[in-house]
Amino acid sequence: MKLQTILSLGVLGAAMIAGSASAEVRDIRIGVDVPYEPMEYRTPDGELTGFDIDLGNALCAEIGIECEWVVQGWDGIIPGLMARKYDAIMSSMTINEQRREQVLFSDPYITPPSAWFAPADVEIGTPSEESLEGLTLGVQRGTLQDNYVTDLYGDVAEVNRYATADDMVLDMDSGRLDAVFLDFPIGKSTLLDSEAGDYKLVGEMITEPQEYFGEGFGIAFRQRDQELAEAFNEALATLRENGTYDEIHERYFGKE
Amino acid sequence: MEALLAQLEAQLADNSIFTLQTLSYYGEGLVTTVQLVFLSLIIGLVAAVPLAIGRGSRRRWVKMPIFLYTYVFRGTPLLVQLYLIYYGVVFVEGIQESWLWVILEKPFVPALIAFTLNTAAYTTEIFHGAIKATPRGEIEAARAYGMSRALMLRRIVLPSAFRRALPAYGNEVIFMLHASAIASVVTIMDLTGAARFVYARFYAPFEAFLFVAAIYLCLTFAILYLFRYLERRLLAHLKPASG
Amino acid sequence: MIDLHGYGPRLLEGALITIELAVLSLILAIVLGLATASAKMSRNWLLHRTGTLYTTVIRGVPDLVLMMLMFFGGQIGINMVTDWLYDRFGIDTFINVNEFVAGVITIGLIFGAYMGETFRGAFMAVESGQIEAGRAYGMSHWLVFRRIRFPQMMRHALPGLSNNWMVLLKTTALVSVIGLSDMVRVAAEASKATREPFTFMIIVAAIYLLIASVSEWGFARLQKRYNVGYGEAD
Repeated sequence: MKLQTILSLGVLGAAMIAGSASAEVRDIRIGVDVPYEPMEYRTPDGELTGFDIDLGNALCAEIGIECEWVVQGWDGIIPGLMARKYDAIMSSMTINEQRREQVLFSDPYITPPSAWFAPADVEIGTPSEESLEGLTLGVQRGTLQDNYVTDLYGDVAEVNRYATADDMVLDMDSGRLDAVFLDFPIGKSTLLDSEAGDYKLVGEMITEPQEYFGEGFGIAFRQRDQELAEAFNEALATLRENGTYDEIHERYFGKE
Repeated sequence: MEALLAQLEAQLADNSIFTLQTLSYYGEGLVTTVQLVFLSLIIGLVAAVPLAIGRGSRRRWVKMPIFLYTYVFRGTPLLVQLYLIYYGVVFVEGIQESWLWVILEKPFVPALIAFTLNTAAYTTEIFHGAIKATPRGEIEAARAYGMSRALMLRRIVLPSAFRRALPAYGNEVIFMLHASAIASVVTIMDLTGAARFVYARFYAPFEAFLFVAAIYLCLTFAILYLFRYLERRLLAHLKPASG
Repeated sequence: MIDLHGYGPRLLEGALITIELAVLSLILAIVLGLATASAKMSRNWLLHRTGTLYTTVIRGVPDLVLMMLMFFGGQIGINMVTDWLYDRFGIDTFINVNEFVAGVITIGLIFGAYMGETFRGAFMAVESGQIEAGRAYGMSHWLVFRRIRFPQMMRHALPGLSNNWMVLLKTTALVSVIGLSDMVRVAAEASKATREPFTFMIIVAAIYLLIASVSEWGFARLQKRYNVGYGEAD
């Protein structure tokens, strides 16, 4: 019987082994989910770029620290922050109450609206319970757009949830979706400006109610890293004043 | 009913995850999972009987294609088969203009096709094995009675093969229930889909996935007991006689 | 020739990840399986019950659900521990449950349960007379295990082992759902980008069939080896 005990114990030990490493305090890593063009995406040669990336790098330079970007899927992005896989999230994350319970947010650094997009040949009136009734709508799972569409139209329309924006676009291309609800800049870049299909904007840009759309995008930190958040807020204020912010904004969204 | 709902709502009042809304997602997910699994199993079962007979045929042109089909579908992941069918049908020329698109547009039917093809392949092999294991004596007895091949198949070979196949088929049913979890990958809101939704919305992995794991566990036990009951009833004659 | 639109190398990398994942999971599963079989055969009540609970629960829940529980939940569970370490002792460590680790642990856990059943049946098939004979020669427990029980057990376990490996291989595809760039995920990405799902998915299917066929051949050879002295050998 001894043998069996040894075997059982050995397995317990083996099961506990997992990759482990320690993080340096000064080393700032920022979690980001790509692709989410033009906010964060990769150039064809694999380099990270986008509004968040450029602004994030500028903020770090202003504070005088080194920043390293860590790519992480949206599903696990908050747990990853808690796990200290990285120290901040800068990935088009909307500030809202629900997330505030988990993380500490910086001041909002951009406030993009959300919007409906549909294939050019689909006739949809201004989005409402009547006009969307019976349609198949696409959202990215776990986003504020998911919450908004689920709560407002979940009972009248079919809501398909996707892991990435790419999957959603593919299903829209193939005619499986009648409309999708996205952050406007992302919809513009992946649908309106794309050559693959013919798409249009449906209705107005949507920024209300705040319960869903929050106050804009913020950088998320762990609750206890108050000083870090303060440093980013100060740097953001400086960049807004000295024109760097506008310059980066223009790079990705053009002139207002 | 109203009173029950009100009571349930009160019970759920101080908990932000298991609201009536999320429970209804799980409920609908349960229905979808059961539909998907049940339909694919039934169609797969019906298809598997002739396939299994053909698989044991002496004619190469009957035997080989069936063997190839089961080899490919049993040798590759169901997920790959699902992707192929879900994304693949879109690229069949002219399909989007045909009446077929109405049913293929929704993810349910492509998933049903993938699941059915998969389970039919496994079931064919299970039946094939069971038919091969028919005791020679039974066949000789049937021949001695002057039964035709078809009659012998219907009266002797198949009934006894079905009984022998029962335990293995029970495993296949459970396997299918578990495999159906990948339906959520193509946006179907099955049980797993509901759990992924709840997880993404509330960042509550334990509540979302443990709850759904418990439901699957109950379903698995239900299937297990059903098959044990069937085995007791149908395989009674195989049990050692007791004094 | 088939045009892979430059995805060839990544597909190959993905195939290697699939194989690595499958082999590491298999090793974990075999270790867990041996332990479970031992626990279930043990006269210790607690070990016996734990083994039974483990095999029952694991085999009652879908692989994908377990994998998500491990990947999403496991991270939060470990966070609680590391957060506590940080708050209490100021030790700033983090243990990263990435897709690969979550995949290996989950698949290992699942197939450990199946292997446990396979090994238990196989151990019990070894005649007790042989074990007694070994003891009579004055062999230690360990020596009896190494020289008599294990090799004989393997003969009975190989068909089940081979079967489990084939199922395990296909289960690795699920890891693509939680984000690991195995060959299924690379193929899915490539299909989406190039709009050619048939090309990539059929290649992946073919690679799975190839791996399965090669391992089938390998297991047949092993079977022959362990069957030496049992009729079929030539």
